[in-house]
Amino acid sequence: MTDAAPAPFRNEKALKRLKKRRAADMRFKFYGMSAIAFALAALSLLIISILSQAMSAATYHIVRYDVVLDPAVIAPPGKDKPADVARNIDGFYDLLRDNLLQTFPDVQGNRLETRQLGDLLTRLAVLPVAKSVAANPTQIGQEMTIKVPLNDDLDLYLKGAVSPEARLKLGAVEQGIETTPGRVTLSGANAFKGLQSLIAAQRAEVGDAVDARSILVTAGKSTGRVVSMSADALEMDLLTGSASDFNAARPLARVIALPESQRNVSDDQIAWTLALKDMGRISRVPHFSLLTHTDSTYPELAGALAAIVGSLLTMLVTAFIAIPVGIFASVYLEEFAPRNRLTEIIEVNINNLAAVPSIVFGLLGAAVFLGFFGLPRSAPLVGGLVLALLTLPTIIIASRAALKSVPPSIRAAALGVGASKMQSVFHHVLPVAGPGIFTGAILGMARALGETAPLLLIGMVAFVADVPTGPTDESTALPVLVYSWATHAERAWEPMTAAVIVILLMFLITMNGIVVFLRRRFERRW
Amino acid sequence: MIQQLGHLPMGWLLLALLAMLASGGFFVGRVQAERFSGATGSVRVHSRPNYHGYYVAMWTFVPALVVALAYAMLGEGIVRSLLAGELPANFQSMPSVELDVYLDSIARAAFDHGYGGADRVFSAIANRFLELQGMVKASAIGLALISAACGFFLARRKVAPSFRARNRVEGGIELFLFLCAGIAIATTVGIVASLLYESLRFFSEIPFWDFLFGTRWNAQTSAEFGALPLFYGTFMIALIAMLIAAPVGLFAAIYLSEYAGPTVRAWVKPVLEVLAGIPTVVYGFFALLVVAPAIRAVAVWINMTLMSAGITAEPLLAAQPTSALAAGLVMGIMVIPFVSSLSDDVINAVPQTLRDAAYAMGATKSETVKHVVLPAALPGIIASLLLAVSRAIGETMIVVMAAGQRARISPDPTADLTTITVQIVALLTGETEFDSPKTLSAFALGLVLFVITLFFNLIALRVVQKYREKYD
Repeated sequence: MTDAAPAPFRNEKALKRLKKRRAADMRFKFYGMSAIAFALAALSLLIISILSQAMSAATYHIVRYDVVLDPAVIAPPGKDKPADVARNIDGFYDLLRDNLLQTFPDVQGNRLETRQLGDLLTRLAVLPVAKSVAANPTQIGQEMTIKVPLNDDLDLYLKGAVSPEARLKLGAVEQGIETTPGRVTLSGANAFKGLQSLIAAQRAEVGDAVDARSILVTAGKSTGRVVSMSADALEMDLLTGSASDFNAARPLARVIALPESQRNVSDDQIAWTLALKDMGRISRVPHFSLLTHTDSTYPELAGALAAIVGSLLTMLVTAFIAIPVGIFASVYLEEFAPRNRLTEIIEVNINNLAAVPSIVFGLLGAAVFLGFFGLPRSAPLVGGLVLALLTLPTIIIASRAALKSVPPSIRAAALGVGASKMQSVFHHVLPVAGPGIFTGAILGMARALGETAPLLLIGMVAFVADVPTGPTDESTALPVLVYSWATHAERAWEPMTAAVIVILLMFLITMNGIVVFLRRRFERRW
Repeated sequence: MIQQLGHLPMGWLLLALLAMLASGGFFVGRVQAERFSGATGSVRVHSRPNYHGYYVAMWTFVPALVVALAYAMLGEGIVRSLLAGELPANFQSMPSVELDVYLDSIARAAFDHGYGGADRVFSAIANRFLELQGMVKASAIGLALISAACGFFLARRKVAPSFRARNRVEGGIELFLFLCAGIAIATTVGIVASLLYESLRFFSEIPFWDFLFGTRWNAQTSAEFGALPLFYGTFMIALIAMLIAAPVGLFAAIYLSEYAGPTVRAWVKPVLEVLAGIPTVVYGFFALLVVAPAIRAVAVWINMTLMSAGITAEPLLAAQPTSALAAGLVMGIMVIPFVSSLSDDVINAVPQTLRDAAYAMGATKSETVKHVVLPAALPGIIASLLLAVSRAIGETMIVVMAAGQRARISPDPTADLTTITVQIVALLTGETEFDSPKTLSAFALGLVLFVITLFFNLIALRVVQKYREKYD
């Protein structure tokens, strides 16, 4: 058998073709793998970019003020009733700003700098303090420690999000001498050589643009902005503090890439913030106010509480309508409906409704619930109704699948022992299909929780400062809050938005987790 | 006295009344039925006592419920029209919008327990409003009670040993179940009716063809309503999305169903579905934060390179901060699972015998897929693509956040385009009055959107159904 005729498939041409075909096969497989890789990469990029933003909003900086609650400022005669104190935002603001002015006495007299120093503190941030003092008037006149969030731009600066910044520890400075008022000369052998080469390196990179960059030199509570330097001496404008702080110190130099004119924070404000930090008055704490505050026009004061409550109220309305109606409708279609034209129309209808764009449901809500029935705008009641209609098809389809998976033997057994059709369905089929139906209901609710567009159309995008207490109050919802914060211009809103997204995703993950658990626990094969 | 009635909390009152009526009816019916079923053996009883109870409860509850629902829907309107009819003549000549606003303030003042101001006409009207309100409320409750009593007595008379209470109750429940299923139809009818009604009002002011084929859109100022640029933007962005989603989704489905082992499949499939579970507003944020700036940077870089190479004198690309490409790209990612999941299902539904036959002929795996599996699964795949297109056309949040507001026709993907959905949101957020063509145009756009997506969906559903029948 050794000298069999060569098979026609084994000649050189065929082998070559085979090689080509196998290569094509490998390519095809590779396309498939890269498609999946692309999808997974997109998903990870999405999650990473949101998480990294949200991380930065997980903590924020607060400033500690040790002040005496001077009655003359916060509760002047005639305005000393608790209700007045609670409303006296200006008084509390002045109290804290004066404390800052005392901390940085060299500011006094300079109006621009006074205003900039006052900006370290947002006016409205004192409102909770005013309310707590008003609730406890014996504190007036006493010494008290007050903690208030730092201005959002400086908070971003401390988190390193304002501008790229090169930091360098300088060599030992022998002494700093104030040559003219506000001008300080530092001297030290070869102390500034490293900084010089850093600047030279940056100059090579960006050219003369480097001259617009601020170089801040900090030792202890004192910070200056470099004017000129050589290897052994450095001349700078003192922004805050005193020249003596630089004696025998190793100052830290910061080269801020973004010129002062292009940032929201000035060099002075950075210097004061660094000084406050050096005094231990600024601390970075978990950002719980994101969960306990309502919306605000100031990022450092804003929170998602009203939106979370609004979303919960909306979901309650949705659940109360969509789940029972969905279950009953699916029971009818699966168990009772006669096979006729009307049933067929209902079925096609439901399948089609499941694919209607969500914004069309918003139009329906605007025209029918707001326009025709005259229900209140921006209310969770209307939002819940619209979302209920939106999720109904999803829930019906899922429940029908669950009912379909119940074997006919169960129905037959119930009917066999004399149960009526209704009894067999409600006493036997429904309980068995329960977990499946419940899973579908949760999935439908999860979809409803993430819906934004229909809520925009029924006005749930309004700025809501109070936590809604009932389904007819003005309210907003979590995804809508994401939308409205994402469209704010200020940079500080970006991490805040990402944090709200994380809260929203947590809710969704929990709901889907329940679904997975139920499926594992109750999955039955017949 | 009647004014005091005006403050009745009707919602709670009616709920309590309904609950009382239902439980009362149930007990009466049950007790009555127990009387004859307790007497042993003398009579043959058709239904158990509980069903008699349910029967009486049903007939007591439903008439009262109908009255309550009617009150909830019409009560306020009746009071208002009664009051409006009684107002002095100078009010009658007011435009209806102003009159509504005035009545709103009356209602608010009336419910806040008293209007302290000096306007005597206003306070008199507010008092009269409360009186009318009280009358309507009292009569609603009275009517509910009377109708419930009628139902109750009629039903009670029927309770007898031979009465088929269970069948009647089950019939009632079945009717209720049917009504629940009918809500789906009511929703569709509601959508079509409201869109058509408002659109017809719009087209009575703006000619239909001007809307459909006009090339200038400037609705915010109620000036120009040519929707062609919006259709173009919608089409462009959906096209970009499908250019991403179709190949990626299709190849992912092929790989998962034909090449991947069970472990890979078990992990990758749910992860892909996560893409479908993420709220679209999150995609919008992602597009705005990451993708749009990146695309802009790339576009600027291309412009610079082309200009420095001397190929073009002007910047070639628009390089806007929000762009059709950014929105389309992210939308493509969002739509991937819609393509992959359904395609995966239909590819799996292709019988193994077809594949085995191809392998037996010496075909490689990719040849089998290309020449046997895909043609067999083609209708299903087309359906999945159509559903994905419909999803992309109707998607709102991504385009609202990342596509822009400018209505124009431009082939440049880095320019900002606007879509149907973006304009609907822009026109209907904020205060809306239902009379201006500006607001009405949103409904006309909604109608177009509904018709287009309905068209795609119906074809897709039809194809899916036909195809399923083939291999079952």
